[in-house]
Amino acid sequence: MSDLGSAPIPGLNADDHVRGPADAPLVIVYADFECPYCAAAELKLKRARLRIAFRHFPVRLSHPRAWPAACAAEAAGLQDRFWEMHDLLFADQGRLEDPHLWARARTLGLDLERFDADRRGAAVTARIKQDFESGVRGGVVTTPTLIADGALRTGDFDVRALGALGADGR
Amino acid sequence: MSQPAAEGPIPAGAPAPEFTLRREDGSEFTRKDLEGNTTVLVFYPFAFSPVCTDQLGLYEDVLGDYLPKRGATMYGVSCDASWSQTAFREKLGVSIPQLSDFEPKGAACRAFGVYHPGGFPQRALVIVGPDGVVAMSYQAPSPADLPGANQIIDGLDAVAAGSSAV
Repeated sequence: MSDLGSAPIPGLNADDHVRGPADAPLVIVYADFECPYCAAAELKLKRARLRIAFRHFPVRLSHPRAWPAACAAEAAGLQDRFWEMHDLLFADQGRLEDPHLWARARTLGLDLERFDADRRGAAVTARIKQDFESGVRGGVVTTPTLIADGALRTGDFDVRALGALGADGR
Repeated sequence: MSQPAAEGPIPAGAPAPEFTLRREDGSEFTRKDLEGNTTVLVFYPFAFSPVCTDQLGLYEDVLGDYLPKRGATMYGVSCDASWSQTAFREKLGVSIPQLSDFEPKGAACRAFGVYHPGGFPQRALVIVGPDGVVAMSYQAPSPADLPGANQIIDGLDAVAAGSSAV
């Protein structure tokens, strides 16, 4: 754990989940799927012309279902459906138990057996931990935290202001 | 006569001040309790305020297993009464013990230089090494800003570096 000392938030890397126009300002979002403020932020971000990179920041004590939900999103990602699962999770935060996760996987037409093995696997755990630790090292404390133009932003934010930034996340 | 609010947190390198706080069981926690241990004091404005909730939950999640390995103990410090602090801690489901600066209100916070003119602790971190000397201190720009867990790790690294240098 001594590797959790301060370090800048990493810029965009090949592992990141990214969507949005390639030439739009980049916003890196540290969020968790059980956080209602994150769901509200996602709605605002969707309305803006932004390139979004999503990173997991599940704090288990605050949101006990956030970690399994993050695993479900990563497992869906291994079947190239990360963003679809991301949207389904944020769309209904009242249903994040195992049967609800399986139902979403079915809706997306995932290979259920593989989904269930992957979401409990070491690779998915390591992937989420990597995101979480990069946030901790960079000073992320709460969700959602947005990194735009090199600055951490929490609380309410103005998507138009984010869109006006030359955000490179570095 | 009341003391004026200090202008900033006690700096690294200064000996910890004399102070008296109350543990949740009502017993005194003083400068003497810092000696021989690494102590992380997390000053927060109010029990049950949402930002404090995030802060202590994250610290417990990230640092719960880590602090004992570094021989460190973390305490939450506020001007709330011990009963409120205990209820707050139990509601959060965290184990971070709480220290109350309730009466005389804010006296310990003033001694550490982290008393907000509004009548509550600044959001601040103070890490004291086993020698009773402040190894790291940090005060957030505003009570709404949260110090990251990374800053606590950095402070514990400073304690380790200081120890190894002796």
